[in-house]
Formats: sequence, structure tokens, C-alpha cells
Amino acid sequence: MELIEKAAAGDRLAISRLLSEVENDSEQGKKALDELYARGGQAAIIGVTGPSGSGKSTLVNRLALALSCPESGAPRQVAVIAVDPSSPFSGGALLGDRVRMRDLGVLPNIFIRSMATRGALGGLACAAESAAQVLDAAGFGLILVETVGAGQSEVDIARLAHTTVVVEAPGQGDDIQAAKAGILEIADVLVVNKSDKPDAAAAARTLEAMLEIGAQMVHASQAEENARWQVPLVSTCALDGSGVEDLKQAIMAHQAWLRAHGGLEEKNRARAEDALKLAAREHLFKEWQRGLDPGKYRQALENVLARRLSPRQALERLLKP
Amino acid sequence: MPEKRIRVLIAKPGLDGHDRGAKVVARALRDAGMEVIYTGLRQTPEMIASAALQEDVDAVGLSILSGAHMSLVPRVLELMKANGQGGTLVFVGGIIPQEDARALLQMGISAVYGPGTATTRVIDDLRSALVAVG
Repeated sequence: MELIEKAAAGDRLAISRLLSEVENDSEQGKKALDELYARGGQAAIIGVTGPSGSGKSTLVNRLALALSCPESGAPRQVAVIAVDPSSPFSGGALLGDRVRMRDLGVLPNIFIRSMATRGALGGLACAAESAAQVLDAAGFGLILVETVGAGQSEVDIARLAHTTVVVEAPGQGDDIQAAKAGILEIADVLVVNKSDKPDAAAAARTLEAMLEIGAQMVHASQAEENARWQVPLVSTCALDGSGVEDLKQAIMAHQAWLRAHGGLEEKNRARAEDALKLAAREHLFKEWQRGLDPGKYRQALENVLARRLSPRQALERLLKP
Repeated sequence: MPEKRIRVLIAKPGLDGHDRGAKVVARALRDAGMEVIYTGLRQTPEMIASAALQEDVDAVGLSILSGAHMSLVPRVLELMKANGQGGTLVFVGGIIPQEDARALLQMGISAVYGPGTATTRVIDDLRSALVAVG
């Protein structure tokens, strides 16, 4: 188990190899996740999501630099997990987020890993959470997770991240788009990027109005109202870096709010519960597969195919001893 | 689909701005089911070695049309070796005179592909060299 020890001590080659093991769901990868679990839970996980072309990668490039420099003390260890889609046809992928992260590639305190979705549909890679666990245990205090270009329903990031940044760009739709359920709902910090574009101010006004409506809808007691997180809207231009410092401050403010209001505990509890349920689902499915009589299974399949039984009815028969 | 896939870094070291060849190869490898990490133009050998390390790739493809291959390629190999990735497959594409190609192969480059190479050849070469990883 030398690899795990080396990775936990910060050896970059070991971290990188371990990330592959975890991503490939190998026996060693599983064992590493078990062993490293106790050392995790230290890192702040920041999600960055938004439509493709809104400037997520360019913004992450700036943000990683800004966040790696605390107000005082030594530079922070920052990891970036950049997710791009796998082809539904070939299973291959072209992972291009590094193109926009040129400034980060050779810094000793920053580690970037590109991941393909490998069939996951929620905007993250199947193993993004596991990868974050490895990086957390390897001593990265801050992990930025960039999702695939996300539209309306790729909201898995809100479950993984403590703070979710939703990046929009001008020209992405009217105020009805902004009122729809989905990605805007998960924002802890909302960004209008490309603030140098002429219609950026209009886009910011539309989103601002949507946030105000949302705030008025909450019928909470005054005490609850005071404790509620007010989603800030930040305008940035990732190309020249303007607004990035404001974004950093907004993220830090949300992290401080989480700590002060028990939000961290709440998020971690929800994640622990999801992880336990997922492990149960995987385990029970494997158990079911192991105990399966191939003859009965084929028969059930034929029955479903011929529409003699619904899938649920066929399963019921299979489960009968 | 949590299964092992061939991961390849496609990089353009040096100062020439012609990345069509690199993009064609990247796209072909993607369509062959590989995960391709594309770094973009004007990468230093340090950036390439660092990307190869962080991405734990099975192979690195260097596209060079500037004529600087005899200084850039050995530097990339040297840095990768220092990072503990001396065993990783490195191939070169571009306009490389034959005697240079021979010298590069002697340095440990797995293949040198000139203009007009069929992308299927690159794919086949990678697959057979990396048969162990799948």
C-alpha cells in the first residue's frame, strides 16, 4: 500500500496514479478510498458550473490563482478537477480545460486533473467525488470542481460542493429562462462573466431581478430570514481578471456563513447519507446478480420482451424463492 | 462506465501556431475511444511534463512544425524521466527530417509521424503498444 501512503504524503506521481485507480474503480482504488476516508473532510470544495462557453475554465484559471494566495501565510494547496463529456458513441473524450488553465500548470501548489464523464449525466464524472476524496486526503485544502457545460438539470455539483458558483454569460436567454427550475436554484454565488460584453449589464439586471423575486417568496420568520444566505451576484471578466477578487470574497463569505450557521454539517450529513445509500444500492445489486439463476433470468427477459410481464412483475417472480 | 481507458496527452511545444495536425490526431483518438487531454498552443517542455504527470497519461503526443524538435523533445523526455514517468510512451508528429527522426527514435521516442500519416496508423500503434492497459 505504498502508493496510498505516498499520495497521502503529497507525492504528485502517487496522487496522479491513485486518481486513475479510483477513476477506473479498481480494487486498489476501492481500498485507497477506504483507507483515506478517515483523513478526509478537511478540504473546502467549490463547484463551478454553468453553460458551455460561459467562461468557466478561464474563470477557474483566475480563481485558482486568487484562492491559492491567502491574505497572509504560505500559499494554499489548490486542486482543480475539470470535467468534460465522454462521447456517447465512442466512449472517448477530448478534455480541453487545460487550454484555458495555462497559468496553473507548472505551479508547485496547484494540481489540475481532467476527467471525462464516462456516462454520468449529472454534469460530473462518475468518479469526481472519489477523486475529490483522494485530493482532500493528499492535503489539498481547497478543491475547485468544474462541471461540464451545464444547462438546466446538471445539478449533481450542488451535492458534492460546499459552495456552488453558477457562471452565466450575456445573451443566454430571457427572464423566463432565469425563473426555470434547475441550475440557477443551486447557486450559492451567481456570476455574470464576460462583463466586457455590451449586454452584460442587462443580463446582470435580469438575474438580479430573479434573485429578488426568490428572496420575496420566502415566508420565513424574521430570525430565519436574518440567517438566510443571500445569493450575491458578481460580475467578472475572466479574460482580464476584473471582478475575480470580488468573486473570491463572495466565496469566502459563503464559506464563513456555512461555518457560522451549521451549513457545513448539514451538507456533509446529506452527502454521507447519499454515499451510504449509493454503496447499499451497488452492494445489493451485486448480491442480486450473484444469486441469479441464468435460466430464470433469460426467461424473465423473454417475458418482458414479449410484454407478457412488466419489468416489475418479472422482477417479483425472480425474487421469489 | 468506470473502466480503464487509454489516456493520451496531445501537446504543442514551442512557438509555431499550426495546431491543425494536433487537433486532427486528438479528434481521431477521441473517436477511437481514448481520453485525450489537449493542452493548446505554445507549451513549454515544463508545462507538458507537468500535465503528463498530473493527468497520469499512458502516452504523450508532441506536435512540432517549428524545426525545434531536436531541442524540445529531449527536454520533455528529460523532465518526464525526472518525474518518474520515463516509461511513458512519447510519440512525435510534424515535419521532421529523416536523420532527425532516427535520432529521436534512438532517444526513446516510440514513433515519428510525418505529413500524410493515416490517423488509423497512430491509433493502431498506440493500441498495440499499450495493449496491457487496454
